[in-house]
Amino acid sequence: MKKLLLTFTFAALANGGAAGDWPGFRGPLGNGVSDEVGLPVALDAKKHIAWRIDLPGRGLSSPLVVGDRVFVTASGGTRQDRLQILCLNAADGSVIWQRQFWAMGSTVCHDKTSIAAPTPVTDGRRLFAIFSSNDLFCLDLDGNLEWLRGLTFDYPNARNSLGMASSLVLAGGVLIAQVENDSESFTAGLSKKDGVNLWKIDRPKSANWTTAMVQKTKSGREWVLLQSGKGIHAVNPKSGEVAWHYADGASTIPSSTLAAGVLYVPSHGVTALELAADGKSFRQRWRSSRLRPDTASLLVHHDRVYSLNSAGVLGCGDAASGQRLWQLRLDGPFGGSPAVADNHLYAFNEKGTVQVVDLSTPEGRIAGEMELGEMIQCSPAISNGALYVRSNKRIWKIAHKTQL
Amino acid sequence: MFKVLTALSLAWTPSLGRAADDEFDKSVAALRAVGGEGQGNLAAGQAMQRLAKSRAVTLPALLSAMDGANPFAANYIRGAVDVIVGNTLAKGGQLPMVELGEFLLKKSHDTKPRALAFDLIRRVDAESAEQLVPGFLGDPSVDLRREAVTRLIGQATGLVKSDNKPAAVLLYRQALDAARDLDQIQSISGELRELGRKVNLTRHFGFLVNWQMAGLFHNKDRAGFAEVFGPEENSNLSASYNGMDGKVKWQPYSTDDEYGMVDFNKPYGDLKEVTGYAQTEFFSGSDRPAELRLGCKNAWKVWLNGELVFGRDEYHRGMRIDQYKLPVQLKKGSNTILVKACQNEQVEDWTVQWQFQLRVCDATGTAIHSAAKKNPEVAAK
Repeated sequence: MKKLLLTFTFAALANGGAAGDWPGFRGPLGNGVSDEVGLPVALDAKKHIAWRIDLPGRGLSSPLVVGDRVFVTASGGTRQDRLQILCLNAADGSVIWQRQFWAMGSTVCHDKTSIAAPTPVTDGRRLFAIFSSNDLFCLDLDGNLEWLRGLTFDYPNARNSLGMASSLVLAGGVLIAQVENDSESFTAGLSKKDGVNLWKIDRPKSANWTTAMVQKTKSGREWVLLQSGKGIHAVNPKSGEVAWHYADGASTIPSSTLAAGVLYVPSHGVTALELAADGKSFRQRWRSSRLRPDTASLLVHHDRVYSLNSAGVLGCGDAASGQRLWQLRLDGPFGGSPAVADNHLYAFNEKGTVQVVDLSTPEGRIAGEMELGEMIQCSPAISNGALYVRSNKRIWKIAHKTQL
Repeated sequence: MFKVLTALSLAWTPSLGRAADDEFDKSVAALRAVGGEGQGNLAAGQAMQRLAKSRAVTLPALLSAMDGANPFAANYIRGAVDVIVGNTLAKGGQLPMVELGEFLLKKSHDTKPRALAFDLIRRVDAESAEQLVPGFLGDPSVDLRREAVTRLIGQATGLVKSDNKPAAVLLYRQALDAARDLDQIQSISGELRELGRKVNLTRHFGFLVNWQMAGLFHNKDRAGFAEVFGPEENSNLSASYNGMDGKVKWQPYSTDDEYGMVDFNKPYGDLKEVTGYAQTEFFSGSDRPAELRLGCKNAWKVWLNGELVFGRDEYHRGMRIDQYKLPVQLKKGSNTILVKACQNEQVEDWTVQWQFQLRVCDATGTAIHSAAKKNPEVAAK
């Protein structure tokens, strides 16, 4: 089922996960690319919806997969102040365990989003889940709470009345929480062991919903690439020190993506930054205003950069030059980011339609479509021959039923 | 507190033995000792591992341990409760339903563990749980109260369908009196108005509608938020200040908006990069805790009796009723509430608003109304 991409697998294992796992926002490398092959393409609900399970609350966080377990967060209750973390059996969707906590921070947000907006992350032993209320919980994979933090309780003006959404990342053995907003804006490096601050740095005072990328150098050193309206800051995850700053601005909604040492930034359209091998500097390679993404994050696969614009058009550019190669109109809008596996791009729109684009054709071709019937705003998880996607009410497993 | 916990654990876990009780108490104490910025997390995590092995009989003691606990500790204990309940039910065991019910019915316990007790009872025995719901109508827990209001709404809707409108009106009235959640309040008031009855939502929520306003002061480059203008130093209604266009004096302002919207654009026009102040006098019948609940999409600061309560420099990210809940201590007699609202430079359609809404209530959201000023005892400072 899995293609043996040595570097990919090595990187995933280095982060604590196992091959085939989907341990955080946009997968093992945070770029929306999976090494799975043989996923269903010509989708048919009767053949390919392996299971569908009701959730106890709203959410647009992405599911995670570790081995045969699926993890997902949700926010329930009238005020969305019941923070839920669920562990499901990947085989049949049954609930293995479910934990509920009370929100300690603000649960005010825009109607379209929810308090379960950020995606959790796992190192394969612990699950770290943060919510829009900036409440953070660390549990072992059997659901035992190891520690918790209330970041808005600790820093009362760290909140956003529209809701927070930056997902957690792990880098250099440190948990990175990006809590950026108009007022008490910061990013903190937290101890995985007990959640205390290892460092905390002031960040631009502006609402920000992006998720950081992690660059890993050949020597094994990792850098956190924080995106904001002020551009990109490369930060040492162990100290919070800034190594370099790309200061020409960046979007605060779609996130950057990293491929082959180049960071593709939603900045003036798309700006490609070639990162130094030691991670301590960068140089701008190209800029293209014709690949401007809307809400969905950028995706790079097989030397092509893909973006979804506000009209629902999938743009494909040359990753080396930024030259736009082709466009394909999809049915949007897209609140979540697409994912790629086996040369097929899976894009879930807000109407609940999944569209599969065959990227092996000269100008892309829609090879499959399926209606889920509910608004989808999350990015899918891909693991062990299946896609997992959730709405405000449910979570689906999409796979060849014969392979279950 | 430690003695209380010991007594409780002895009461609820007679079969654990002295050593186990001590272990239980130490574990609970570790969870209750957790503080901000992760203080005590390591010990709490270890305590969680021990408590998670407890038997279901300890659940009432764990719920009791949430009384007076800070939010971190309450969540830790909740984590232990979830594990114990999950393990017990997975093994076909039983929860101590009677003890959980007795805990739930004792209103002196904190609201969150009481609501949790109800959830546990409902999870195991929905029918018994439903029978408890009518008793929640005036409950200090907004979650439990909501259950009772939902039930009344259903009954009233049934009466409307059976054309017994007078009885429906009375049930809706009862439901409205008890309702604290916006969606329920709006639903009930809509039904009552459909039935030809008047509803005073302004009074139900307790929005403050009579104010004095002072403006204009600058907010160039958003600097006005931090700058101390005259009203912050002297809020006397007879005072005058140097404003951005000359002398500024307090002027009366009243709103007839149902949700108490205080709109600076009305007296001053649709302006940008400006700061305004509003103040009002609130008479409390006693020294008492309360909450100032504010909705505002501009940068704001709130003072009570000259003391800064809180401030936030966020612009146009949305506005909700009860967006900010500010715990305060009212003093008996006159209390001065001062609000600073800053408008920024943005020009988009959705950045026109320069306004706020504020109410005074208790922790459940029940309106506290300003006492009559003419009562000399209340008005006395």
